[in-house]
Amino acid sequence: MTQANPMKKKKKKDGKLAIFTKGIIKENPVFVFLLGMCPALAVTSTMETGLGMGILVIFVLTLSNIVVSLLSRFIPDEVRIPAYIVVIATFVTIVRMLTEAFAYELFLSLGIFIPLIVVNCLIMSRATSFASKNNVLNSAIDGLGMAIGFGLALGLIGFVREIFSTGAISLGVYLPLGFEVSIINTEMYLFNMDVFAGPAGGFLVIGILLAMFTAKGNYDKHKQEEARQAWIEQKKKEAAERKRKKAMESAGDAA
Amino acid sequence: MISPTVFFVAIVSSMLINNVVLMRFLGVCPFLGVSKKTESALGMSAAVLFVMVVSSAITYIVYYFVLDPLNITYISTIAFILVIASLVQLVEIFIKKFSKKLYKGLGIYLPLITTNCAILGVVEGNILENFADQHGLWGGLAVATTSALGAALGFGLIMFAFSSIRERLDSAEVPPAWKGVPVSLVVAGIMALAFLGLGGIV
Repeated sequence: MTQANPMKKKKKKDGKLAIFTKGIIKENPVFVFLLGMCPALAVTSTMETGLGMGILVIFVLTLSNIVVSLLSRFIPDEVRIPAYIVVIATFVTIVRMLTEAFAYELFLSLGIFIPLIVVNCLIMSRATSFASKNNVLNSAIDGLGMAIGFGLALGLIGFVREIFSTGAISLGVYLPLGFEVSIINTEMYLFNMDVFAGPAGGFLVIGILLAMFTAKGNYDKHKQEEARQAWIEQKKKEAAERKRKKAMESAGDAA
Repeated sequence: MISPTVFFVAIVSSMLINNVVLMRFLGVCPFLGVSKKTESALGMSAAVLFVMVVSSAITYIVYYFVLDPLNITYISTIAFILVIASLVQLVEIFIKKFSKKLYKGLGIYLPLITTNCAILGVVEGNILENFADQHGLWGGLAVATTSALGAALGFGLIMFAFSSIRERLDSAEVPPAWKGVPVSLVVAGIMALAFLGLGGIV
């Protein structure tokens, strides 16, 4: 208990902005916590489908976090998970109908993965670990930040896969962006590899991106450790200096 | 009468060609999370096998005998997830009551299954495949259940193979940045490449 308390105090001190931004990079759900891997692999063969999935998750996660944090006081602990699942499933059904009405291309390309947002571990884990313990505003901000982090991660994976598999990025195919379909070509089309559009490419790209993120984390940790060591060395040196001075002074006094 | 080849094709296609994990990306979370030891991978696969087969039979009946006549198929997702959640709870109670040994083996995996996307994915896939139109109402039920059995066997096969590889990866020398999940994902990618070769058999 004593170990848990300072953590709690620290969390409360964080402002709203910190709650919002932590999901985007520091606690990115895909690259740090490995939550929601199924959609991250399945719907990222192009950048737009990945971003589209992210947008749907933004809706579902923010709304479900709000409702869960409102209801958490009234839900008994034994039926917590089924109750949360029903809340999430309701929002997923709403979002599914809206997607079918307003973004039919996206609806077709995401297919079975729209109903599967219900069992996305990210949403369940935010409901149980954050929304059920925090107030409504903080839960909404947390949901928004986490979902944006999720969407950006999916967009990044989709970007890499689309560039490698077709050599171009297409805009306006799946998302109703309000302009004509435009395709941005790169020189990469000379070397396009179809395998990156398929299942194997999904695993490979996420594996390589994860390794890059881990390497960055390791490097940061290494830098931190070096800085800490340097700081300790400096403190030691200062202490030795002080000791020497003191010894000199006392020697002078004795003389 | 449905010919036996239909069942054979359903099993082979859902087990090997459209493998749940490597081709349809369903159940990747347990695939990465519970595959550190062969023993736990097999326990998880057994629990998935049971829940997947029974829940696809029940949801098929719920869809075609309750939701479809009432014209409320749009709430199918909510209905299915409720069926799966309550089924998992029921199975847990039954196993706890009748077999302490089995409960010890499967108990910890059962709560994880509710949020396993392989179950909901296969169940929704059964409805999308329209087995009822192809084989009649009851024939569709048989084919859907067989297909779910194949999918669960495919899941078990991949879990077993992947956990065996992972146990050996533990003792391999891997660069620090690739340790753990990144290298496993690359291994899974190579496995998916191998399974790509099975496409087009049926």
